[in-house]
Amino acid sequence: MATTHTHTATTCYHCGDTCKETIHYDEKTFCCTGCKNVYAILQENNLCEYYTLNDIAGLSVKNPATAEKFAYLNLPEVKSKILDFSDGNIAKVTLYLPAIHCSSCIWLLENFHRLDSGVQNSRVDFLKKQVSITFKEQETSLQNIATLLTQIGYEPHITLNDTEGKDQERQRISKEQKMVLAKIAVAGFSFGNIMLISFPEYFGFDSFSEGSFKYFFQYVNIALVLPSFFFGGWDYLSSAYRNFRKGILNIDFPLALGLIVLLLRSLFEILTDTGAGYLDTLSGLIFFLLLGKWFQQKTYDTLRYDRDFKSYFPVAVSVRTENSEEQVPVTQLEVGQRIIIRNQELIPADSILLKGEANIDYSFVTGEAMPVEKVLGEMIYAGGRQMGATIELEVMKPVSQSYLTELWNKDDFKKTAKSQEPTLQLQSFLSKYFTYGLLAVAFSALGFWLFNSDMPKAINAFTAVLIIACPCALALSSPFALGTAMRILGKWKFYLKNVSVIENLAQIQTIIFDKTGTITERNNSEIEFVGKSLSHKDKTLIANLVLNSTHPLSQLIYQKINHNTEKLLLEDFKENTGKGLSGLVAGRFLRIGSASFVGANNTLKDYNTKVFVSIDGELKGYFLFHNQYREGLATLTQNLWNEGYDLHLLSGDNEGEAKNLQKFFLKNEKLHFNQSPQDKWAFVAKTQQNGQNVLMLGDGLNDAGALQKADMGIAVTENIAYFTPASDAILDATNLPYLAGFLKFAKGSLNVIKQSFAISLIYNIVGLFFAVQGTLSPLVAAILMPISSITVVVFTTLSVKAKEKEISGQETGNRRQEARHKI
Amino acid sequence: MVVIYILLGISVLVASVFLIVFLWSLFSGQYEDDYTPAIRMLFEDTPKEKNIEQQVPKT
Repeated sequence: MATTHTHTATTCYHCGDTCKETIHYDEKTFCCTGCKNVYAILQENNLCEYYTLNDIAGLSVKNPATAEKFAYLNLPEVKSKILDFSDGNIAKVTLYLPAIHCSSCIWLLENFHRLDSGVQNSRVDFLKKQVSITFKEQETSLQNIATLLTQIGYEPHITLNDTEGKDQERQRISKEQKMVLAKIAVAGFSFGNIMLISFPEYFGFDSFSEGSFKYFFQYVNIALVLPSFFFGGWDYLSSAYRNFRKGILNIDFPLALGLIVLLLRSLFEILTDTGAGYLDTLSGLIFFLLLGKWFQQKTYDTLRYDRDFKSYFPVAVSVRTENSEEQVPVTQLEVGQRIIIRNQELIPADSILLKGEANIDYSFVTGEAMPVEKVLGEMIYAGGRQMGATIELEVMKPVSQSYLTELWNKDDFKKTAKSQEPTLQLQSFLSKYFTYGLLAVAFSALGFWLFNSDMPKAINAFTAVLIIACPCALALSSPFALGTAMRILGKWKFYLKNVSVIENLAQIQTIIFDKTGTITERNNSEIEFVGKSLSHKDKTLIANLVLNSTHPLSQLIYQKINHNTEKLLLEDFKENTGKGLSGLVAGRFLRIGSASFVGANNTLKDYNTKVFVSIDGELKGYFLFHNQYREGLATLTQNLWNEGYDLHLLSGDNEGEAKNLQKFFLKNEKLHFNQSPQDKWAFVAKTQQNGQNVLMLGDGLNDAGALQKADMGIAVTENIAYFTPASDAILDATNLPYLAGFLKFAKGSLNVIKQSFAISLIYNIVGLFFAVQGTLSPLVAAILMPISSITVVVFTTLSVKAKEKEISGQETGNRRQEARHKI
Repeated sequence: MVVIYILLGISVLVASVFLIVFLWSLFSGQYEDDYTPAIRMLFEDTPKEKNIEQQVPKT
């Protein structure tokens, strides 16, 4: 047997991770003191049932909390904004705990009062990952609660958002949803009851029944329809009126017109005893319209992602005062103040490094996983996170004016997609012509009958046309088709900002790819060693050293050179974040890391990552990390070329990779290197000037300008928590190969909408046939309207779902191809 | 057949009562969280009973 030393792995009782160093307590094993402490707290308070509810209930608590961290919660201005309610005695707060993930969490958090006696009551909302805590202000404080929550593993995530009032928007949304539900309830109530009461009308009041019932039923119907009309139909009426005053005829105009005419004509007929009115059609119309609106709203809310920097920034930061430090809310930071930033903390404002060693991780802004070293006096931009020891900085610009927030707040970047019903160009176009067409038909019917001197029939026909020509398809097909489409795309991890993006997707002709991070994998690389060739012994030494580092590069090196490597004695292991590792392996001194750390001259000027190695002071060479292109890229580009798209590549790197890229982009002139962010923006602009609709795929803030300029910008990310405000859509990197399928799907969805318009047109023609003759009976109207609505809804939803095969059809093709390569 | 006046009147009344009850429950936050109560229902009870249960050997 080979001399393999295997660890006997034990798993932590609390969090389930394998223990690198085992800690024993109470006959159980834990992976770290953090986990052990949580267990101890729970055990002291008889809360061990926590572990029985779920297999792996706990989360590893690697960063212990200090009370310091939440000291800012004692500041009155902060408290007043975070607390939901406070009367000096009892206070209530709602905290967001991203660590909530199972039923044990709910159980523990709702038994929180057993851990802190000042807490009266706590209630968890699992889907929102929030807990509402009611506590006595005299006995405990917000700071205590936050610290204790962190100690048991549920650190509250309190950001600038919570103190700057954005939370109100979250509330407002719920209120809107509630209103729609209330309207649907009222409309449904009216619809059901009116239909029931209208039945005798359909079957005719003949000799059997007393005529007086007729009036009774009709008046009850009027009573029932009024709340539905005014409460349920209010949005349509007011929207049509507002736009009409501005001179715009939007989709709501024909709807409102229809509603009003329906009501007036029905009232007239009933009150003058000339007919039964069309109240059943009216109430049904309102009900279906509201259903469409509700569906639309539900879809948009689930896929909403307009967060901005405020959801990531901390609420307060430590400021150095004369002899000590105090917590200052971030919004009150002044230029010139000296702030203290600790390990893992976010830098809230553009500042200059005054003291300490700064290794700034800009990953959430630019996506770069490698921290950047900064020297004293260098400017550090807001949004970066310090990885390493504490540093002190001098604030150069207030938080709201930092480079990043300026970039995000620029008008260019603000897509005004706040509307609940973003109109498609197609839809706006059609609704305008629909209205004109409708009015034309109505007036010509009126004219025709007047010409034949039949006044009653003229009015009859005129109003009937306005009633029956239901723009239901216009109002219903796009919410249902596009809502379904957005849901399906969301399932494939392609998140669109709003519905009009689908229309943009269908019109794209040119596609531009950014290189780094978009078509290359961020955390995976091909490695080769450049330098003196390494002996087996050398590799063993290196493997033993890198094994102890969690840095992604170390892990990649380990994977590459580890072949059942034997374990050697390691002493004096040191890891300098951002610089490298050093240690004594079996008596030999190793240094692995950046050029400066190892003492090498890095005169080569290319952008590829290099990790240098020296053993006993002798430089051996370096590991060179090549770009690893994403799986499925070749098939994707091939499919796109086949579909007739024009592809380009923009890269900030040099031509080194040109050879590799040619097999994707075919021609050399499609590759553009050494592109700065401005160059990328300019390239997009130029392509647009040539009359092309451009789709840009990028991954970070340095592409932001180009993403915004393009007709459509997609941010390709490996972690949806990164955000790019300028993009119209976010695509999870693993699903990038399905891009061709997505484009086909978008086109297919639009076709479905066009088809549903055609269907509705048929219904309209049939209805108009009766209407212009003045022979439209309430029964026919009442039947046609729901049938057309339901048909449109069912047709669009099912058709769009069927189109999903456009995406997955590609998938089976890809999978088969990849399988062949492997064999 | 005159009874239809009464029947209709009462049925609409009853339906309105249900409508109002629904609106009331909607606006007082009944539907804000429709997931957690299902889980909460399955938890064991308060400390007094719990101590007794802890003495029962766990499987």
